[in-house]
Amino acid sequence: MQHHASNLLPARQAPVHSVSVGQWAKHNLWGTPASAVTTALLVLILLWFIPSLLEWSVLNAVFSADADQCQAARDIGACWGVVTEKYRLILFGRYPFDAQWRPLLATLILTSLLVMSCSPAFWNRYLAVVWLLVWLIFFALMGGGKWFGIPTGLVYVPTDQWGGLPLTMMLATLSITLAFPLAILVALGRQSTMPAIRSACIVYVELVRGVPLISVLFMASFMLPLLLPTGTSPDVLIRVLIGITLFSAAYTAEIVRGGLQAIPLGQIEATYTLGLSYWQTQRQVVLPQALAHVVPSLMNNFIAIFKDTSLVTIVSLYELSGALGLAVSGDPNWRPFKIEAYLFITLIYFCICFAMSRYSLWVERQVLHR
Amino acid sequence: MLNWRSQRVRAWCYQVALIGVFIVLVGWLLHNTLGNMRMRGIQSGFDFLLDPAGFDIGESVFTFTSTQTYGTAFLVGLFNTLRVSCIAIVICTLWGTVLGIGRLSGNALARGLCYVYTELFRNIPLLLQLLMWYVVLVELMPDTETPLHFRDWVLLSKEGLALPWLMSEGLTLTPEFLALTWGLTLYTSAFVAEVIRSGIQSVPLGQVEAALSIGLSPWQRLRLVVLPQALRLIVPPLTNQYLNAIKNSSLAVAIGYPDLVSISNTTLNQTGRAVECIAIVMAVYLTLSLLTASGMNYFNRRAALKER
Repeated sequence: MQHHASNLLPARQAPVHSVSVGQWAKHNLWGTPASAVTTALLVLILLWFIPSLLEWSVLNAVFSADADQCQAARDIGACWGVVTEKYRLILFGRYPFDAQWRPLLATLILTSLLVMSCSPAFWNRYLAVVWLLVWLIFFALMGGGKWFGIPTGLVYVPTDQWGGLPLTMMLATLSITLAFPLAILVALGRQSTMPAIRSACIVYVELVRGVPLISVLFMASFMLPLLLPTGTSPDVLIRVLIGITLFSAAYTAEIVRGGLQAIPLGQIEATYTLGLSYWQTQRQVVLPQALAHVVPSLMNNFIAIFKDTSLVTIVSLYELSGALGLAVSGDPNWRPFKIEAYLFITLIYFCICFAMSRYSLWVERQVLHR
Repeated sequence: MLNWRSQRVRAWCYQVALIGVFIVLVGWLLHNTLGNMRMRGIQSGFDFLLDPAGFDIGESVFTFTSTQTYGTAFLVGLFNTLRVSCIAIVICTLWGTVLGIGRLSGNALARGLCYVYTELFRNIPLLLQLLMWYVVLVELMPDTETPLHFRDWVLLSKEGLALPWLMSEGLTLTPEFLALTWGLTLYTSAFVAEVIRSGIQSVPLGQVEAALSIGLSPWQRLRLVVLPQALRLIVPPLTNQYLNAIKNSSLAVAIGYPDLVSISNTTLNQTGRAVECIAIVMAVYLTLSLLTASGMNYFNRRAALKER
């Protein structure tokens, strides 16, 4: 015999889950004996470490550009004076001192466009036009002189005098932008059914991924002049840019391929049934889904490329760390305080990379919730 | 017969065109290179490997003098690269595992510190970290006469780290070696920690709860239930990190540690044989990558899920 309720009872509210600070701390800091011991040990270490760090970096530190004061505070405090004294050399390298407003303006424009491009509100086709314009303005500002016969009214500055933050930003942004379309082509090629195209893509990707970036950069700076007809070898900046682009395209291609593999074959067959061509299929059905799948890995890869641009200092382009060496190593007054200067550019790199990784988490959520 | 609408015909045409473009491109580059080399009077060939090197190497696994050949110098470089990468790989696996498990610890303080560590070390370029460690070791350490010391067992000074009791005549590690190994290890550990963490997190919570309910201890739970399942997801990205560590050891050239790239760079400057030197470096790194990858693949097959 069964009894049926004549009408359903309303669902109960989920229990309110509230935790007081004390409960949280008990659960997270001294819930078990092992946890309590860990907490005690770590607190002891932090109690010893944080005050001495604070003393060194703030309380006993010298902030004014005074080398004698820095020497006096040598072992007890940091000498941030080296940054006060040399920040323009570190940020802009060997760029002519009087014209340094140009790289500053160029970097500001580039950075604001980068920040703007992060917001989905601006993701439309006009953005590409704006980007093209900004690159023209960037190079006109940095290089000056004549552009295709049109005078910019600015003094010509050859690329070997470019340096510091503008160079880092330019190398990273340009190589990411150029590597991305190449990577998509290579990834599609690797999925192709045509054996010649597929094997060409496989060989390229595996060859590049097997060697360190440094050897690619050496190749770009030593071998490219040999490979091209005599006298036509491009500027070292362009050679390095080609090297980084070809290098990062191989890594990006592998990530894109991961996304392509996640698309069920049924979808592709469906588009062919509808009569779409190969490129229509890829552009309208496969790539939008495949790229959305791999946004986090792509962002990680972009962070890696950004960090990798620091390597160009080895083939004597003065990006941030190269410019720092230039600014501090040759100056006996400030040479002992190199580590403070390094910490300054470390902070720049960290802020940019950390912002990128936070942004990647945000984009991931956006993409997943669509 | 040749119908452009046929997919097979088009595929053939594309591929023939690709191969044609490739052959023309390679021929053009070769032509340029030979012309350029003739003009600059650069000789080619690998015969220079048998010539005396004429430079000394700061540190070497076996004794090397400047009268020995370039070939031997390359071998010294290879061993130096291997030495740094092997040590870095072993230590970063251990340290990275500790950090990765720490990120999932029940203790909030440990969790937070591990998080700060990984974010800090991951987001700073390795080159910068190496340069900083090198400055710390070479300029901020005390002189040789007054080293930092622990009894007479460990002595740390501008000259590096000395362990006088080890082996017959004691062991001295140069600051270059220390900075490279230390920096590479700390950097790679942060990435290994992330790999380990995401691997462990991928094991469903139900598995852990089941292990708890049959009364396994925390250590048993980790060793018998979580790790075997997590390993499947950990091994492939871990292999990538090992490969990265080997490739990143080439940053040695920035702080003057005589690894393969640095030796090849010196040789290149002395002999001018850019093509050969870069070819040797690339071949060696490719071989190392393939060897590591195949070794890890063997391990991966053992860790993988056995289905039928």
